[in-house]
Amino acid sequence: MSSVLYDTPGPRAKRRNVLFSALFTVLLALLLWWVWQKMDDKNQLDSALWKPFAQSEAWTTYLLPGLANTLKAAALAMVIALPLGAVFGIARLSDHRWVRGVSGTVVEFFRAIPVLLLMLFANEFYSRYTDVSSDDRPLYAVVTGLVLYNAAVLAEVVRAGILSLPRGQTEAAYAIGLRKGQTMSSILLPQAVTAMLPAIVSQLVVIVKDTALGGVMIGFTELLNSRGTLAANYANVIPSFIVVAIMFIVLNFILTSFASWLEKRLRRSKRSTGAVLGVEKVDDLNAAEVGGSYGAGAGGGGI
Amino acid sequence: MFDFLEGYDVLGAFWMTVKLTAVSAVGSLIWGTLLAAMRVSPVPLMRGFGTVYVNVVRNIPLTVIILFSSLGLADIFGMTMGSDDFDVQGFRLAVLSLVGYTAAFVCEAIRSGINTVPVGQAEAARAIGLSFSQTLTLVVLPQAFRSVIGPLANVLIALTKNTTVAAAIGVAEAAYLMKTMIENEAQTLLIGVVFAFGFVVLTLPTGLILGWLSKRLAVKR
Repeated sequence: MSSVLYDTPGPRAKRRNVLFSALFTVLLALLLWWVWQKMDDKNQLDSALWKPFAQSEAWTTYLLPGLANTLKAAALAMVIALPLGAVFGIARLSDHRWVRGVSGTVVEFFRAIPVLLLMLFANEFYSRYTDVSSDDRPLYAVVTGLVLYNAAVLAEVVRAGILSLPRGQTEAAYAIGLRKGQTMSSILLPQAVTAMLPAIVSQLVVIVKDTALGGVMIGFTELLNSRGTLAANYANVIPSFIVVAIMFIVLNFILTSFASWLEKRLRRSKRSTGAVLGVEKVDDLNAAEVGGSYGAGAGGGGI
Repeated sequence: MFDFLEGYDVLGAFWMTVKLTAVSAVGSLIWGTLLAAMRVSPVPLMRGFGTVYVNVVRNIPLTVIILFSSLGLADIFGMTMGSDDFDVQGFRLAVLSLVGYTAAFVCEAIRSGINTVPVGQAEAARAIGLSFSQTLTLVVLPQAFRSVIGPLANVLIALTKNTTVAAAIGVAEAAYLMKTMIENEAQTLLIGVVFAFGFVVLTLPTGLILGWLSKRLAVKR
């Protein structure tokens, strides 16, 4: 598309582009130099602050256990939210109006509330009404908050996945005499799962990012929380932030790339019905579309 | 039944949420549009910068960015954001982080909007001799904006929910007050319902109004 917006550069345009490139390089270089100066001013470039990351102790004591907890919470949330989401997604397609109504309300409600509120509430709820030990409570609260929110989002993914299948699939199933339940479980769901896979993987990125909330607000010892302990120990706030941010970027970048690879592969494969929910679908679903669908069909947004 | 609300400024907290959302929305719309323009520009370096920015920022948790703005920018680099008052400073740092984070999503929404404008529009603009910036600002972007109101509404709703993360650096908005209240008062469930209701009230009209607007303003093709 971008090439449509401008002609193939001729000699003058080429000169202009070079000029703009040069200007932009100077601006970027100035910015970087300023950041570097600031870091140097505050002695953030001292090798003593960065050295811990070259030794195994910082990793084995703080960062890797933190990362493990992040992944554990994300995996647990996904594993629990997926069947829940499937149930609600299928319920929203029910022929009975009250089933549709109830599940629709529940799904829209949990999508409209910030995850942080759900986590704070779950944390307090567990401490008051259950005997979950205070060591386990943060994990429980984080997973509960993530499950409630993501089950609602995944319900929409499941619904969209089933709706994206050609109508002929349902009609053919009815024609050979399958019941509604049989059609859903043996014809629609298996195909919808393939269509949903990329969307589910990219939802994992959202889950991984949201675990960080639990670290700051309810003391769950995940990656960002461990960074605090690490920085308190080595007194290296800035370096620890940079390292943790890079870890998050790499982890999420791997997930995003995997999702797009999966999407491309599924679109190409001849055995599927051709229905694939892409990564962009997830971005749309992650904001509560309380007002119904806008049908603009373009991606963007999300947590 | 609701006497536990006494002594707490719930409306004030939600007003802070609204202020955070509004200011960050304007900021991220401007910065996001600039990023989108960079990503489709003829200068390769600008395209590269836009791509790297979006991919890096989208993959960092907002919590990390906001916490860094307080513990890193303010505490270590001494960025006071033009105010010595702790509350004002926290608000401005939160807005800065929210703008930086949300702009990446705005940029992607606008870029996908640019892709919905038919190729003929840009070709016609170039045929009558408009330059890249004229093509973009006079022909393509006005049409693109009308088609991305829906996705941008989604970003705005997500932003409204994301403002709760500012509680991590002590900005007195809804989630911060809820944390205080839920720890001190006995009515856990009621407090949860009140704050959940508040967010439904904030996001529901946004979705409805902008959804209606996006249908009304959609370019008929």
